[in-house]
Amino acid sequence: MAAEALRVENQEMIDSLGREAEELKKKLEEEKAKLNDVDMCVASSRIDEISQFNMKTRRALKGHQGKVLCMDWCSDKKHIVSSSQDGKMLVWDAFTTNKEHAVTMPTTWVMACSYGPSGSVVACGGLDNKCTIYPLSMDEDPVTRKKAVATHTSYLSCCSFTCSDQQILTGSGDSTCALWDVESGQLIQSFHGHAGDVTSIDLSTSETGNLFVSGGCDKVAMVWDMRTGECVQVFDGHDSDINSVKFYPSGDAFVTGSDDATCRLFDLRADREVNCYRKESIIFGCNAVDFSISGRLLFGGYNDYTVNIWDVLKGNRISILYAHENRVSCLGVSPDGTALCTGSWDYMLKIWA
Amino acid sequence: MIRLGDRLVPPSMKSAPGEALHLAHLMASHGYFFPIDDHVLTVKNDNTYYRFQTPCFWPSKCGEPENTDYAVYLCKRTMQNKQRLELADYEAENLARLQKMFSRKWEFIFMQAEAQAKVDKKRDKLERKVLDSQERAFWDVHRPVPGCVNTTEVDIKKACRINRHSKMSPSTRGSIVEITRHTGIFFVTMAIQNLTCTFTGILFFLKQIDALRKKIEKRRVKISKVTESYTAYYEQYAEFDACITVPDPSNPWIADNTDFWDQEKTLDIPQRRVKRWAFSIEELVRDHAGKDQFSKFLDKEFSGENLKFWLACNELKYLPMREVQSKVQEIFTEFLAPGAHNPVNVDSRIAELVRKRVENNPTRHCFEEAQDHIFKLMKSDSYSRYLRSDMYKEFLSGTRKKQTRSIIPKLPSLSIGGQ
Repeated sequence: MAAEALRVENQEMIDSLGREAEELKKKLEEEKAKLNDVDMCVASSRIDEISQFNMKTRRALKGHQGKVLCMDWCSDKKHIVSSSQDGKMLVWDAFTTNKEHAVTMPTTWVMACSYGPSGSVVACGGLDNKCTIYPLSMDEDPVTRKKAVATHTSYLSCCSFTCSDQQILTGSGDSTCALWDVESGQLIQSFHGHAGDVTSIDLSTSETGNLFVSGGCDKVAMVWDMRTGECVQVFDGHDSDINSVKFYPSGDAFVTGSDDATCRLFDLRADREVNCYRKESIIFGCNAVDFSISGRLLFGGYNDYTVNIWDVLKGNRISILYAHENRVSCLGVSPDGTALCTGSWDYMLKIWA
Repeated sequence: MIRLGDRLVPPSMKSAPGEALHLAHLMASHGYFFPIDDHVLTVKNDNTYYRFQTPCFWPSKCGEPENTDYAVYLCKRTMQNKQRLELADYEAENLARLQKMFSRKWEFIFMQAEAQAKVDKKRDKLERKVLDSQERAFWDVHRPVPGCVNTTEVDIKKACRINRHSKMSPSTRGSIVEITRHTGIFFVTMAIQNLTCTFTGILFFLKQIDALRKKIEKRRVKISKVTESYTAYYEQYAEFDACITVPDPSNPWIADNTDFWDQEKTLDIPQRRVKRWAFSIEELVRDHAGKDQFSKFLDKEFSGENLKFWLACNELKYLPMREVQSKVQEIFTEFLAPGAHNPVNVDSRIAELVRKRVENNPTRHCFEEAQDHIFKLMKSDSYSRYLRSDMYKEFLSGTRKKQTRSIIPKLPSLSIGGQ
């Protein structure tokens, strides 16, 4: 019965701690409310509207035999790597629409692929729980020089090289992110904190940032310090899984796309959501997001086969692209901002400009 | 029965008929209503008649049906002997396939189909007609016509998660409790469990309170201020955004020629690129040519080691693990150690901190403070001087076109002359 007495005492302690936490939460909300001095859409009214927006399909990349799940641009602004449900990873010269490499993975559902900053290496993975690196060369089959780098305890949902081919950051269904040394395959840093599958990561654009953001099925986005492995900021607000995260070009904010059919802009300096992109007629989830070079336009790829283009500042939709015949699963703006690439469950990738 | 008209379209969407039609098509392809005489679930803006699906057939209300259910359904249709119920070619193929697959229990499937057909026969004629079409539409969603999108396919990521949750379902946890109860140690485990629960509870709250305190202390910026920074960023970069400003030469994806990219490769760096160097020091050092120019400028000012140190620290961050140790030593010896070849100017506190780290625990981040300090120094001091310098102005105005070749080789000799 001593245990019983201990339990009661502890219960009182828990209650008082709970009350303290509640009070602090209230105080935090008050502090935040003070800074919510104006609606972003109103504050940006002096800026001109964007009119005459026109974007068309310029290239169609056909070759996948299954749903396209992920794509990434090469730093040379012309090449693209894409991965699909049937276990294929393809490297395209998107400008000429030629396929330059084809790699068959030992797994289906290759959910993540990424180009190395040098443009001479790609990484991918999926249901095999691994991230495999393939050096690209014209005279050799990439498979002969492949190298398994990262291992998770659940599927690999996303991967991204840092500023060098020597490090890769991965996110997984095991609710962690991890930074790996490519050469040795050793873990450099792991990132624990999400309470659900990690679905998407993005590295800060700023040179001195050392930051990355991750989004997950626990409906929150977390900002991490790559050096220490600590989560430095947490952002909530979504009502369902976050499927995609992307830094604003200046690195001061990021946007999320979610199954709740909204995209949201979270600012690191304001420490809160500063804008939400939604519309009554949009009822399907958003799978992928990216910004134009100036940060003014936000591209969102949705489960209703469309791409919606939002005015980041004013919060309204500028245009809709009836892009594909099935879900839009991934998209990305080319490094110089001249084109948008979309990938879909209809087995195709398209280039828009 | 409904015909597509204004009533289907919410008033807010009347201005966007294309989008309304698209949304209607999606609702149809998910099986919430369907064309009466067609297997292809879509919506056309003509005089086609549509019928609402009965709620028990909505995908939100029922799970993924089994192949045996489909076999029973197809088998039943062959029994009903009506023209409108005749199997389409793909359905007949499916039936043949299923018959092979379930050959052992086909008798059972046949009996079930027979029973269902009997029940159907007793129904009122109109009711039967409606039910037939609703059932057909249900299977058109779950076993679509070849070439149509199967809207019931699930994202594998979401499916993985559902599986994992069902493995942890209460029933399995319940059975564990059941086992422990039988072995007699149930009450002890419960007591321990309670205790650990309260302790983890206390820990949880302490952590939460700590995090909240930190959050409250954090300095935050007003929305009006961040909006200003977004608009300023936009105004600065609008001319570089091909989606906002038509580029010159024209966009390679539209014009089908690579002039836009080729221009970048020529000796003369385009003015638009040079202009960006003035936006921030980050922009300047991100551009290879910018980095080279800035380095030359710093050499002229005798502070070239700052940029070299900063770049070396950056390189260190992204090196393979194997090379980190030796690079740390290399950087320390070149820039920070007593008698360094290229000493950088950091205050004694930072110098001491870094020295200790290099001795005890050299990591890829051990120069962090020194690197930040040097970066701030370059940013506030040399960078602004560089932007005001003739060197940058000439570069920007393009007068350098003919002088380039003469200026650049001169630089080293200039700096030597200054020494």
